[in-house]
Amino acid sequence: MTFAFPNLVPVLPEIFLLTALCAILILDLFVSEANRFLVYAFSQLTLVVTAGLLVMGATGAPISTFEGMFIDDPMARTLKIFAILAVALMLAYSRSYNSSRGLSRGEFYVLVLFALLGIMVMVSANHFLVLYLGLELLSLSLCALIALQRDAVRATEAAMKYFVLAALASGMLLYGMSMLYGATGSLQIPVVASVIQSGTADPAILVFGLVFIVAGLSFKLGVVPFHMWVPDVYEGAPTAVTLFVGSAPKIAAFAFFMRLLVGGMGSMVTDWQPMLIIVSVLSMLLGNVTAIAQTNIKRMLAYSTISHMGYLLLGILSGTDAGYSSAMFYVASYVLTTLGGFGIILLMSREGFEADRLEDLKGLNKRSPWYAFMMLVVMISMAGIPVSVGFFAKLSVLSAALDAGLTWLVVFAVLMSLIGAFYYLRVIKLMYMDEPADAAPLIADTDHRVLISVNGAAILALGILPQPLIDLCTMAITQSLRG
Amino acid sequence: MDFTTVIFSAFALTLLGAGMGVILSRNPVHAALFLVLAFFTGAGLWMMLEAEFLAITLVLVYVGAVMVLFLFVVMMLNVDLDRLREGFWQHLPLGAGVALIMVAEMVLVVSSKQFSKLGADLQPASETVSNTRDLGMQLYTHYVYPFELASVILLVAIVAAIALTLRKRKDSKHLDPAQQVLVKASDRLRIVSMRSEGDQ
Repeated sequence: MTFAFPNLVPVLPEIFLLTALCAILILDLFVSEANRFLVYAFSQLTLVVTAGLLVMGATGAPISTFEGMFIDDPMARTLKIFAILAVALMLAYSRSYNSSRGLSRGEFYVLVLFALLGIMVMVSANHFLVLYLGLELLSLSLCALIALQRDAVRATEAAMKYFVLAALASGMLLYGMSMLYGATGSLQIPVVASVIQSGTADPAILVFGLVFIVAGLSFKLGVVPFHMWVPDVYEGAPTAVTLFVGSAPKIAAFAFFMRLLVGGMGSMVTDWQPMLIIVSVLSMLLGNVTAIAQTNIKRMLAYSTISHMGYLLLGILSGTDAGYSSAMFYVASYVLTTLGGFGIILLMSREGFEADRLEDLKGLNKRSPWYAFMMLVVMISMAGIPVSVGFFAKLSVLSAALDAGLTWLVVFAVLMSLIGAFYYLRVIKLMYMDEPADAAPLIADTDHRVLISVNGAAILALGILPQPLIDLCTMAITQSLRG
Repeated sequence: MDFTTVIFSAFALTLLGAGMGVILSRNPVHAALFLVLAFFTGAGLWMMLEAEFLAITLVLVYVGAVMVLFLFVVMMLNVDLDRLREGFWQHLPLGAGVALIMVAEMVLVVSSKQFSKLGADLQPASETVSNTRDLGMQLYTHYVYPFELASVILLVAIVAAIALTLRKRKDSKHLDPAQQVLVKASDRLRIVSMRSEGDQ
């Protein structure tokens, strides 16, 4: 039995993140309540250094280590940097919200960093076992985060729902993976891919496993008919955690689709394409139609997320490199927009008051024209109206689906986004045309104000000049998939 | 009948008896102890299959940790068994039906031709193979990355469990050992000078 010591250089960001978060865990014991800011500062510093390590170690060609269990390719690097950015913004937005609700404990930051570690592990997993462990690391941290506000009944209920459904989804995924293992005799994704391509594996078992894998992945992504947890978790969790659940894990879910379906079962595209079409159509329909009936803005954004994930699947199911990179662009722009939206909601809520009803947005323009404008930008981006990044994101997934010959699906998606535009525009109407119901001044920290402005500006800037981000995604996908 | 068969029969019969004991004993503490016996004999059977790692883990984890915890819970909760036994006859038909289906399935599987072929081509491992050592070698070399990830997941579990349950209540009567050891004799003991009887 020979064993070569693994090359640790590609894993350096993960190793640093884990070490730093253990240090934060210990640091938290020794800082007094008044110096809680230190924990936040160290968490942000950790994120900055991890991102720095990722950027510095970037190489063009895929490198794998740990006997092929870990892969480091441009797609992994790019997605990791997206995820770190999302977490950094989320921590900044939620700081004052957390401290006014007793959530600003060291555990909050540590669990968020653990979840980020899970995302990073999933993004560069090249082995079923590692993929699964990364997923569990993410789900368990998220579940604890949702339940962290222990005295809130809604939060506990949401955590319970999330836990049970995540366990069910993990079970389905494992079952599907075990079928694939039985048919191909390997857990290594490249080996599985080559065995499937060679045609020696039993197609019946493969398709059987594929069904379970698609179901499990759909649970994780939160798309119809596996979407039941999304609205309850979004509404029940503390808004800071909702922001987290709605942002970085979507990047991980995209990576999961890419690694498992495209990387592992790419040659079975004709089998999984129809499944994803059904899921995507149902998500766009149910998400957009149900969102109209919501009065709670967190619930509305939850249904909007479901429909957005349907659009994201359009890119993946077209089965081309252009489709995958458009889906990657979509997920990046979606995360950016969601962060902005929840950033405004967090900014409007204060001690003892959650700005989570649509009515709370009434007359925002009179209270603060700048924040109302930022929310306007977020809403037009979600609706996919031009001069926002959301428009190009929708355009790119739709054109990818069109190139794949799915014209009817594209027509349907456009119709659904017209329905969706209604409830986004309703928010704008509430902000600009209605009288404010609540005259309390909006108070926010400087970093929150600056970052939300940067966030809104980024949505606009990428809406005018989307090419750099599109090129980045295309480069990452083509280099990762085609070597 | 060779010696192995005798040992196997002894273990198997004890296992069956212990299993029956778990469900038939009226006292939950006895049931838990029967379960300990069942785990022990199960470990013995694994030992006979030369799966010593599984046998040791079963005894260490289940008997040593899980069952002790179980006994604590049973003793602390004061389970009212008579209330649990209510509706036994009412649910009997359903339970019996499920049991019958399971027995039928097992008979079908065991009596199939495929089943008898299982393990026919397996060679007995050589004397020098130690599966504890081999598992260790695999875990700490080829699978070191997933192994470390699993340990991180356990760390998350610890952090989450403490974060969700530890609370500082104002009304809790907790002890502070650091304060306790600082106590001086004069805090607890009052020396009163009294005249002894002889002085009177």
